[in-house]
Amino acid sequence: MNPLIEKQFVVERGHAYTRLLLVAAVVAVIAAASVPFWAESSWMHEFVEIACYFIFALMWNVLAGYGGMVSIGQQAFFGLGAYTMLALGNFWGVNPFVAIAIGGIVAGLVAIPVSRIAFRLQGGYFAIGTWVISEVFRLSFANLSAVGGGAGTTLTALRGIDKATRESWTYWVALLCVVASISLVYLFLRSKRGLALLAIRDNPVAAESQGIAVGSMKLAMYAVAACGAGLAGALYFVGNLRISPDAAFSVNWTAFAIFMVVIGGMGRIEGPLVGTLVFWLLSKFFSDFGSWYLMGLGLLAIVTTIYFKHGLWGYVQQRWGWSLFPTQRRLVLTTRPLA
Amino acid sequence: MIELLLQGVLLGGLYTLFALGLSLMFGVMRLTNTAHGDFIILGAFGALSLNGWGLSPWLADLVVLPMAALLGYAVQRYVLNQTLGKDPVPSLVVTFGLSIVIQNALLEIFSADPRSIESSGLNTQSLALSDSLSIGVLPTLILLIALVATVGLQWLFANTRLGRAFRAVSDDPEIAELMGLRSKNVYALATAIAFALIAMAGVLQGLRTTVAPSDGPMLLLFAFEAVIMGGMGSFWGTLAGSMLLGITQQVGFRLDPGWGVWAGHLMFLFLLLVKPQGLFPKTR
Repeated sequence: MNPLIEKQFVVERGHAYTRLLLVAAVVAVIAAASVPFWAESSWMHEFVEIACYFIFALMWNVLAGYGGMVSIGQQAFFGLGAYTMLALGNFWGVNPFVAIAIGGIVAGLVAIPVSRIAFRLQGGYFAIGTWVISEVFRLSFANLSAVGGGAGTTLTALRGIDKATRESWTYWVALLCVVASISLVYLFLRSKRGLALLAIRDNPVAAESQGIAVGSMKLAMYAVAACGAGLAGALYFVGNLRISPDAAFSVNWTAFAIFMVVIGGMGRIEGPLVGTLVFWLLSKFFSDFGSWYLMGLGLLAIVTTIYFKHGLWGYVQQRWGWSLFPTQRRLVLTTRPLA
Repeated sequence: MIELLLQGVLLGGLYTLFALGLSLMFGVMRLTNTAHGDFIILGAFGALSLNGWGLSPWLADLVVLPMAALLGYAVQRYVLNQTLGKDPVPSLVVTFGLSIVIQNALLEIFSADPRSIESSGLNTQSLALSDSLSIGVLPTLILLIALVATVGLQWLFANTRLGRAFRAVSDDPEIAELMGLRSKNVYALATAIAFALIAMAGVLQGLRTTVAPSDGPMLLLFAFEAVIMGGMGSFWGTLAGSMLLGITQQVGFRLDPGWGVWAGHLMFLFLLLVKPQGLFPKTR
């Protein structure tokens, strides 16, 4: 090697257009925030619903795509967040929009003791074990007469507010939740801890040997994912007003999240985003077909898993190298002669 | 009290049949089949339609069992084998997808109504054990079938060429291949046996009570709880886990009809906390 050449490197975090994308995103959010002033209320309702699916899928992706913990029981925290919001609003007079955040936090806190049981199982066993846990939640709430038992109850806390105001606020809060959860997940993945997360995903044993506390990272991820799921649940039922254990703790929430993440691409933020978009389009055109539509979704998930392991965005990224949320670090070596 | 235990054990017999197939697939290829319960229901509806065309339940069983074994072989060979590996995600997603497809296909064909297989009075006959105690003929028969199936599987694993192949690919598929086994084929044979058991369980479930297209997930959870409570890697453990689940559920049902399933789940979680390896762990 020529000693007169100095080796230098820079760590590249994004592309030239990353900044441009950020500006575009800000513009898009501002435009979206103006929707209640000119759009129909049905649009807002639809957005709130899709936002809940998206946040839930994003958090499922954090858990499964990065943490390697495939859970079929995230609806436990979805329902828990929803019921917490409802109880705070109906019984203690807390503003439901504030209660959405508290619902998320409660779900995240409850996840810590729950993990003591769930983490006894791994891989496929973990998946079904978490499902059992969510069933325990469902049956417990179905036996609670204070919240209407199996028949469910209605969110009465928003009664005094007129419909247009309620819908606008629900929409804005949903938008805020979406922006906040994307930003949080993105910033987390770009941080040093995010790097640890990627290391765990690729090889937990090797990560542990490099000094990463795999156990506590997994617990943190489980709690964060539960918090996000609780947030989505609370938000969903502020938009819907009517709640029942069967709806709040339905395994379909996780089923749809799995579908969205698998179609979009697991282990990347763009995955749930693209997946939610596909899911929304499919449901718009085909959901009238009922069980045929659901059969189609199931088949699509099977085919994608076997033949397109990295989902739609994985394909895009491999083919063109696109990345909306660059989380990778690239070492770029530059050499220059010593003067 | 004795009656309660007896009812629990009889229910446990049915759960044993639910759980053996799952235990087999866990044991041989570490595969979690989330569609397990839906395949049970599929078996029940298979027998139900044959029954509708005039076949007796036992004759229908004779037709459904080999068909299920063939289906199991094909599903493993052409679908599930492609998903095996260190990463549990593909197999989970694919079986979950299968679960949704089966549920909705059954819903489309048979509607959401619960139905049961006509057994010409078998499900109401009972044997009097004493003046105050009698047990149903059908549940007793199911318990006997479950015992025979457990003994049979245990024997198959311990004493036959096929059982040795199962154990070999379970311990280390690569070394087993070096010894001349085709692990993918062995896996498919294991799933074929598991599916025959699944279909058996489905037919008996349909005879004993009602089945509806959406029942599958619940049966999967029961089977899973029984396997984990009993301890992985031994069919006797699965039998014990099923009995424990059956008895716990019966006690729960007795306290309040809404608590049976709940009590079973809680027992499972409790045991997971205090004895994560299950009642009869077989150290490998």
